[in-house]
Amino acid sequence: MSVATLLPVAVAIPLLGAALLAVTGRVLPRVGCDVLATAVAAADIVCLALLWPHTRGVAVVRLGGWPADVGVVLAADRLGAGLALLAACLVLAVLGYSWRYFDEPAGERSGVFPAMVLVFEAGMVGFALTGDLFNAFVFFELMGAAAYALTGYRIEDPRPLQGALTFGIVTSFAAYCSLLGIGLLYARTGQLGLAAMGRGLAAHRTDLLVVLAFVLVVTAMLVKAAVMPFHFWLPDAHAVAPTPVCMLLSGVMVELGVYGIGRVYWTVFSGAGGVAHDAFRHTFVALGVLTALLGAVMCWKQRHLKRMLAFSTIGHVGLFVAGVAMLTPASTAGIALYVAAHGCAKAALFGLTGVLLDRFGSVDEHGLFGRARDVPWIGALFVAGALALAGLPPFGTGLGKALAEDAAGHAYPWLPAVYVATSALTGGAVLRAALRVFWGAGKEPHSHPDEAQTTGEGEQPETHDPRRRPPPMMIAVPAVLLAACLTLGCLPAVAHALAGGARTFTDPAAYRAAVLGPAGAVPHAGGPLVPSAWTGSGVLLGTVSALAAVLFACLAAFRPRALPHRLSRTVRTCVNGLRRLHSGHLGDYLAWLASGVAVLCAALAGQG
Amino acid sequence: MGVWPYLAAGWILLVALYGMVTSRNLIHAIGCLAVAQSSTYVLLLAVGYRDHGTAPVFSDLEPGSRPLVDPIVQALVLTDIVVGATVTALLLALTIQLRKRHGTVDPQALTGLKG
Repeated sequence: MSVATLLPVAVAIPLLGAALLAVTGRVLPRVGCDVLATAVAAADIVCLALLWPHTRGVAVVRLGGWPADVGVVLAADRLGAGLALLAACLVLAVLGYSWRYFDEPAGERSGVFPAMVLVFEAGMVGFALTGDLFNAFVFFELMGAAAYALTGYRIEDPRPLQGALTFGIVTSFAAYCSLLGIGLLYARTGQLGLAAMGRGLAAHRTDLLVVLAFVLVVTAMLVKAAVMPFHFWLPDAHAVAPTPVCMLLSGVMVELGVYGIGRVYWTVFSGAGGVAHDAFRHTFVALGVLTALLGAVMCWKQRHLKRMLAFSTIGHVGLFVAGVAMLTPASTAGIALYVAAHGCAKAALFGLTGVLLDRFGSVDEHGLFGRARDVPWIGALFVAGALALAGLPPFGTGLGKALAEDAAGHAYPWLPAVYVATSALTGGAVLRAALRVFWGAGKEPHSHPDEAQTTGEGEQPETHDPRRRPPPMMIAVPAVLLAACLTLGCLPAVAHALAGGARTFTDPAAYRAAVLGPAGAVPHAGGPLVPSAWTGSGVLLGTVSALAAVLFACLAAFRPRALPHRLSRTVRTCVNGLRRLHSGHLGDYLAWLASGVAVLCAALAGQG
Repeated sequence: MGVWPYLAAGWILLVALYGMVTSRNLIHAIGCLAVAQSSTYVLLLAVGYRDHGTAPVFSDLEPGSRPLVDPIVQALVLTDIVVGATVTALLLALTIQLRKRHGTVDPQALTGLKG
């Protein structure tokens, strides 16, 4: 099939499937809904996989046959199509995982959950494949609305509602900021297509309008990507969303924000009349590093397992942002692989946490101490996931991290240390939880009642009859996802293909030529080859961070008072201050968002 | 019209932000979100405005005879309204459910998630 069919169909399949499910879900039995939803998700994967060979350059479709500077275009390059494929694969995994997950009486509502997941998928795939900024906003809101609804899916409990409301209000406000930015860009260029906007900006010089438009447009993506100080909604939403939804939110939706930042910068603002490379690089590397460190420290201090995984996502997103902000093909290729492997590993870890919640009705590290001794094989999967997060070779996360570190080390020699520290701390926190929950390692931890934190106790189990044995699909899906994470690191072809995609991604001239040039022309990117294989230093740094994670976990479990008293008091004061910032108040979060926008404007305008 | 509509759009956004930050009632906060959204309408329509232009409806208009305002931004505003209506309805529905389960609509009284 040709690109002209495959590209629009990839977005249309989940939308049509959702509509079909919403209609037939009332009459179909539960099994029928699940089979239909799974078939639709599988069909979308097939469609995107057929599209993949066409994305050696940029595959473009002009909807309705309008020329590209008038109509709306869909444009897929290898990274965009790859991200769409990742989203589709995770959706299939989630639908399989939730086959036996929600115990709902069959009837009117049995089609609702899979239908909403498919709408969510349509938003994500559309966002990754669109070549039009306003269209991106619409897909962004579609993805957002589905995500708020899914976060608050268990409307019988108060806490999911709170998380979903914060998520919805903060993200919607940011989306309106983004729309203001789109309006300003339209005023400057008279265009809405990414490529045409980039060409239009080159006719003017950079001024405050462009900087303001850039900051406003990326505000929505920074919020979605949960970059500090735009991240506050994320731990609240991820702690309360149903586990299958967390797998999607953390595995791919957050990364779509990072992709959006990179896409908008490269296609619109990277040339003349845009934002200078140096200004973007300095600002976003700083943002990424701060986000990574904050996420890692907060992850280490959590006892609510889902919240821990959520903060670990923030830590990794910081690394992704810093890598994308390097603005080199090599770092972009590394981050692309890192994102794919991280999505699989994180979704698997959330899935395993869901098994714990299903069995014990708790996701609290302290409350679950030693209670899961009878299922050590789930613990083994948990440990594998933690080591994958820490970047142990040959997991795909390890290869992605190694490539990104290599590229980062050329520009900022200290940056690889941040990569190692963040992955060691986040992997170590998950490992510590696994040691305590599955093997009862060390002394039973005591909590301080005055500490401001969310425990994971008293969570409503998401299934109503605690079965003796966890359903096989809930184990099989995380196991398959972890195997996929391992495969990504072992198959050189994947990394090689993404390296080629990264060269196209970082070449705005090729994108512009493909979108605005004569129809059917698909230029190939030139330029130097991008490294995509394991190196000795990469294996070494991956092993170091995994060993550090094991060391941290063992110290925390067996020798909790390893630090000298005075040092530990200083550290605790700082960390507690950091934790008090996460107050759970909507107003605080919005104030942080506004100050983040102001600081970003000042930083970019000051360097411009 | 000059720069005034743009300043007005910025002002509306800031007023809405202030309202949301200090809000003690979620329905009020969601109302403020709708106000923030209306700043985008003002900005978009200002971008497409032309002095002495008329509506871009060609049923009783000879093409080329008069200046027209930009129809694209109007289409954007319409799409934006649809998106906003969906999101607002969803958030209000969540608020109603929250009131039922939690007994409050004060965002500052919701302390289930922190740290």
